[in-house]
Amino acid sequence: MTEVIPAKQPIIRVRGLRKTYRAGEVDVHALRGVDLDVKAGEFVAVVGPSGSGKSTLFHILGGLAAPTSGEVWIDGESLQKMSDSERTEMRQRKVGFVFQKYNLLPTLTARDNIEIARYLGHRNGPVDASFNQMLDLLGISDRLNRKPSALSGGEQQRVAIARALVNNPAIVLADEPTGNLDTENSTAVLGLLRQVNERLGQTILMITHNPEAAAFADRTVSMRDGRILE
Amino acid sequence: MINKLVVQNLRHRWVRTLLSALIIGVQVTSILTLLGLSRGMLKDSENRARTLGADIILRPGSSAAFNLSSAPVPAKFLPLVLRQPHVKDAVGVLSVAAILLTPIIGVDLDDFTRFNGGFRFLKGGPFQAPDDIIVDEYYAKQNKVSLGQTIKLINHDWRVCGIIESGKLGRLVVQLGRLQFLTSNPDKITQIFVRLDDPVQTDAVVEQLNKLLEGNLTASSIEVLASQYRIDNIPVLKTFIVVVNVLAIFVGFLVVFLSMYTAVVERTREIGVLKALGAKPVTILNLLVRETVVLALMGSLLGIIMSFGTQALIMTLVPASLQVVQVPDWWGYATLIAVAGALLGAIYPGLRAARQDAIEALAYD
Repeated sequence: MTEVIPAKQPIIRVRGLRKTYRAGEVDVHALRGVDLDVKAGEFVAVVGPSGSGKSTLFHILGGLAAPTSGEVWIDGESLQKMSDSERTEMRQRKVGFVFQKYNLLPTLTARDNIEIARYLGHRNGPVDASFNQMLDLLGISDRLNRKPSALSGGEQQRVAIARALVNNPAIVLADEPTGNLDTENSTAVLGLLRQVNERLGQTILMITHNPEAAAFADRTVSMRDGRILE
Repeated sequence: MINKLVVQNLRHRWVRTLLSALIIGVQVTSILTLLGLSRGMLKDSENRARTLGADIILRPGSSAAFNLSSAPVPAKFLPLVLRQPHVKDAVGVLSVAAILLTPIIGVDLDDFTRFNGGFRFLKGGPFQAPDDIIVDEYYAKQNKVSLGQTIKLINHDWRVCGIIESGKLGRLVVQLGRLQFLTSNPDKITQIFVRLDDPVQTDAVVEQLNKLLEGNLTASSIEVLASQYRIDNIPVLKTFIVVVNVLAIFVGFLVVFLSMYTAVVERTREIGVLKALGAKPVTILNLLVRETVVLALMGSLLGIIMSFGTQALIMTLVPASLQVVQVPDWWGYATLIAVAGALLGAIYPGLRAARQDAIEALAYD
């Protein structure tokens, strides 16, 4: 059973989040008590050096890893007591991922990469008209029958954004989405994320090293040594 | 959508797919060819028994139908048999092991022709000299033997005087007296073929002959003899087929284990992506099981097609030594065996993929 918090609460709410890994004989404290609120429709950038804990935060918010302690609420559902299976279901319904390395399935066309996300999210039937408009906005409508190997890095990342949005998730988590792109494509992709946020009211939490990328967000949260800096 | 992913994955790694299917196909071909060989050899013997035109066959002791040769008995039993009620005709032959699986048979050609019409000659004709030999078309083809050629069998040179249509009596036929002399079996035979005036009396005459000959020779109806040429009646052959099938399952297991294990390692990142998108472990397992089943089905189809090739090859190269038939009733079983072996091979890689940690998988390069 998942606990539900009252409406009008932040869409992401994190309280006292800690995550400790065991690396051989050593305990690694990746998160040391993180508190964070993200309002619905907000575009938040999380910045920080390597080892600051931002990737761990990304994984926990995305339901890919369980916290050691603390509370995490995504769109009203607490992740703390969820089993692996429940977190998987939560990912299907509430989270869209955009990765640094695009992570498209190489054997499928762009269209099928988007379709498989719909299939795994148990969405049947044709996509709605607004999603087709989204594909136009992303500039990939005429690239959908191509496999990833026939797309540029920028095009692959746009397909990955489309895949992240196809199930209308509560939040989109983007991990260094411009890390593998040149300046021109980086600007284009960040501009698209901004437009998606503004036009659809899509909540986006983006992890980045790059202050220029972070500048596209409404708000920047800095992390260091497993904590959020005030 | 999962099916599309399965097909695209198999197409994307088409060399591995083809090789895996080919190896699974080889095991299916092995099953079908070995079974076809067993049946073909037995069917050949059964046909020979039936085309003799005999109702009863008499053999020394209780020798099994598929014994190539047995201890000879005196030919004096032949006139005794001929005197029995309902016995219209009888002919005695001497069968001696010559080469692997192929005996040389001595027969009085006139008696044999009177008994059932004799051989159908494709080339040449009956014996003209004591050391003449008649060979069948398969022996001639396999050994590239032509008329007038000398061949050495049982340490003796024989001149080929005729090539006959295959399927009657044997592949190598010589004169009875000459074979008896050369093998130090004067006036001895190993089988007597009996034709009755009324085939309805067969069982009664068999009983009567067995009483009369008191264990020196055992009479069986041709129907009983033919039934002995069935795999079900040969326990050793049944065991052999079970062993071949178990080996086939093992080979299928190894092939698919290796193929799927490699596939899972190679696709670690993709599995991580699927998990991030919300695929449950059972979905990943389902994906790999479907791929495995498709591989096994492709392999089975290839194996069935290749079994026609092995049959053609054997029947072209060694038709006299080996007879192979198609066994379509075993296509389904062979496919099931291939699928079973393949699924066993997919268990470990499948579970490994299903348990793959999404974060580690996404970090995999």
